[in-house]
Amino acid sequence: MANFSKSNVPQFSVDVYQNEYLPEGGREVNAIATVTSTGGGTVGSAVSAPHLYSAGQTPDAAVAIMVDCSGSMDYPPTKMRGARDATAAAIDAVRDGVHFAVIGGTHVAKEVYPGDGRLAVAGSQTRAQAKQALRKLSAGGGTAIGTWLRLVDRLLSSADVSIRHGIVLTDGRNEHESAEDLQASLDACAGRFTCDARGVGTDWEVKEVTSIASALLGTADIVADPAGLSADFTQMMEAAMGKEVADVSLRLWTPMGAEIKFVKQVAPTVEELTDRRTEAGPRAGDYPTGSWGDESRDYHICVEVPNAELGQEMLAARVSLIVPQPDGSAQTLSQGLVRAVWTDDMAASTSINPQVAHYTGQAELAQVIQQGLDARKSGDMDGATAKLGRAVQLASASGNEDTAKLLSKVVDVVDAVAGTVRLKARVAEADEMTLETRSTKTVRVKK
Amino acid sequence: MSQMHQQTAGAGTCPGCEEPLEAGDLFCGACGYDLSAQPAAPDDRPTIAMNGSPSAPPTAPPTAPPPAASPAASSPWPVAPDADSSDMPVPAHLPTDLPGTDSAGGELSPNAHVNASPNANVNSTANPNANAGETPDVRTDAPFEQPAGPSAGPSAGPSAEPDEYPLPAPGARPEPEPADPRTVLTDPTPPAGTKLCVACRSGRVDPDGYCENCGHAQPRERDHMEQELDAVAAVSDRGLRHHRNEDAFAISSAALPDGSPAVVAIVCDGVSSATRPDEASLAASRAASESLLDALPRGTHPQQAMHDAILSASDAVNALAAEPTQAREHTPHQNAPACTLVGSIVAGGLLVVGWIGDSRAYWVPDDRSGPTVRLTEDDSWAAQMVAAGLMNEAEAYADERAHAITGWLGADAYELEPHTASFKPDRAGVVVVCTDGLWNYAESAEEMARAVPADSALRPLHSAQVLVGHALDGGGHDNVTVAILPFRVVPQGAGSA
Repeated sequence: MANFSKSNVPQFSVDVYQNEYLPEGGREVNAIATVTSTGGGTVGSAVSAPHLYSAGQTPDAAVAIMVDCSGSMDYPPTKMRGARDATAAAIDAVRDGVHFAVIGGTHVAKEVYPGDGRLAVAGSQTRAQAKQALRKLSAGGGTAIGTWLRLVDRLLSSADVSIRHGIVLTDGRNEHESAEDLQASLDACAGRFTCDARGVGTDWEVKEVTSIASALLGTADIVADPAGLSADFTQMMEAAMGKEVADVSLRLWTPMGAEIKFVKQVAPTVEELTDRRTEAGPRAGDYPTGSWGDESRDYHICVEVPNAELGQEMLAARVSLIVPQPDGSAQTLSQGLVRAVWTDDMAASTSINPQVAHYTGQAELAQVIQQGLDARKSGDMDGATAKLGRAVQLASASGNEDTAKLLSKVVDVVDAVAGTVRLKARVAEADEMTLETRSTKTVRVKK
Repeated sequence: MSQMHQQTAGAGTCPGCEEPLEAGDLFCGACGYDLSAQPAAPDDRPTIAMNGSPSAPPTAPPTAPPPAASPAASSPWPVAPDADSSDMPVPAHLPTDLPGTDSAGGELSPNAHVNASPNANVNSTANPNANAGETPDVRTDAPFEQPAGPSAGPSAGPSAEPDEYPLPAPGARPEPEPADPRTVLTDPTPPAGTKLCVACRSGRVDPDGYCENCGHAQPRERDHMEQELDAVAAVSDRGLRHHRNEDAFAISSAALPDGSPAVVAIVCDGVSSATRPDEASLAASRAASESLLDALPRGTHPQQAMHDAILSASDAVNALAAEPTQAREHTPHQNAPACTLVGSIVAGGLLVVGWIGDSRAYWVPDDRSGPTVRLTEDDSWAAQMVAAGLMNEAEAYADERAHAITGWLGADAYELEPHTASFKPDRAGVVVVCTDGLWNYAESAEEMARAVPADSALRPLHSAQVLVGHALDGGGHDNVTVAILPFRVVPQGAGSA
């Protein structure tokens, strides 16, 4: 449902959850910052209510769809058909006025529509032409995703828009370029456009797909059955159409002498940001968060501050959301304060904030799933049992039912509370890949 | 903190012979006094006569000390029916126990209590000293030696009485005792323009009040507050262990219908375990003060006015709980804001106190040969244990629950019963109105008497500063708030004017 009363200028808010009380000598401050953006047009509203955009106000976005056309896409042939249908559905979801292009990817990238290094402007005619062009798609060749991304970057940068987004669909390993080449392409594209990544079937590499989405601040998922692609593509495109602000950064100020232990996004998925810092003035650094529509994300910030005396209060971190301005300055959208207060009240200083505890558990959940699956692949069954048992325990305790359900397809749960599990002797490959791909999905604190 | 109590309890002096006692003594080593029948800290009893009768041994059954001992006593000084707090319920002065006195010093009917006495108020007589307006003459009638003539001395003002108090020469303004550095430091508020961090001295202060360099929170307005009126002063300090000041005070003066001054001091202590205690104490102190400033000029009896003021303060704190504060919605485990309150009024020769919780008022006569007494009875776990006869004071105050309060202002308070009491001191002195941040470091009346400077009546602000410094020197574990309210005796004959 579109909310007609909303303005198109998103409002950002930052809420900080923490236990600010430290014991004497305590230095580590943990906080969860919940960033909520509202008013940027509800997700998909532009599709269901395109008239929201008045005449002369063109949507400020460009999207590109990258379809894997490697030879394996014909085995089974439903994959190619599914990809074609899904791309058509996504094109239908592109709202009028948005620039778009379709790329066919093999060991090289080919423009499928509109061609000539241009972008098409969505309208009934261009949409029909694009769908017509999809029929030409045929499977044959290798896979070098880095080349696809670089072409998309060139195309998207040709349009003077603020939101740039890509969707990449692959069915196999990135075999025809080195991992370094892919990484170099990701580094080159990071911050220039955002990108969702999807793996279809079960012959692709989870870590490759998730690393693309992670580097380009998009989502990653598995579509094991090609029949499910259309719905997924439509949903992805609608989410992209709902984005209103691009290049938002989380700016973290910390006092002199403080050390940032980590910064991670913890909801809706776990995403490590610590190493993505770019310095932004004295004692401040920026962490990229990509583009925002109507949504809410949580960040876990852990800072080690210099010690201070009992009774003292210190600002441990200032969390602000900023967007760069054309003149090089930054506009602050909202900010929250993380405090440290030293007290001799043990009851105050020893309690753990429920949000911090919850997300510490969710981050551990993602980690032990990864470790458990890695151990299982390497034949360490005891290690896998221990890690996945812990995962079952965490998922159960935190109410992460989706992850618990995925785990139960890989292990037999004996006692969820105690974390006692047995590895299943036979696990469907799709189930294991689904669990791995979605291991970073978190749930929020039960209110 | 608890050692303070043990000290008073365990190492006091024998009530019979004043011989120092040792902890655990059952009988006095000197006179054989049976200590088990007696609390070990005899001097700290909430309510005894203040008429200066030479230290009546607390063992005595609670007969009223002879009022005749003081020539100035024009009305009998009420005495709690049971001044002994050994094993029996502690004899708090309930408002209903106390015969209030009217402003002319006349005795009210013994049954006249708060609700019954509002009409017996303060308008029948003109106080001869009322011409001083709200600046009461600093002379006291309890000098160390009898001065030749009560008003023969220079009458120019406070500084003109060198012969009665061992004060330095007027005008020189020396500090007779080393002032607490904090009081001196904060006396002039730091210049607003500089805005350099007080912690690292190099960073600027951002609009949130934190240093942009080292992050340290900057002192806030409420961290240290001082106020002085003509006849009352108060100081409040964050202390050394708490990160913010959750105490608040309000001092003010009004005129009774007859033009004589009424001086009011209210002190509140926010309950830390509740939400927004700082707002609670501020709201309560303001509401109580406003209520009194409204009621007193209309002629309401001060004790009734105090009763009503506590109810007003309660309403104000309750209203905070209802306030929708979206910023705090996320905070789980919300507690209704709560605070204690103690207030005192000096008006028309009367001294009225009222309280809820464990903030206290002490009476400290200028002439320390008279007894210093605590005027309030804590609403605290320890006091209740003692009152119920389940523990003696030593045991009760040694318990870690001692300071849990059983009465407070706030939406989640049990039935609110404001305690009020009226007194008619026969000599000059000061009322020390304070939070536990002070009395934790001067719990017994004796200790309080020692801590209060001799010239309190003359320099109430300085005296409040010194007392805050006393608490900080002791460790400053809690917020400290002290109001000093000088009391002057209305000379005899006032009623006949």
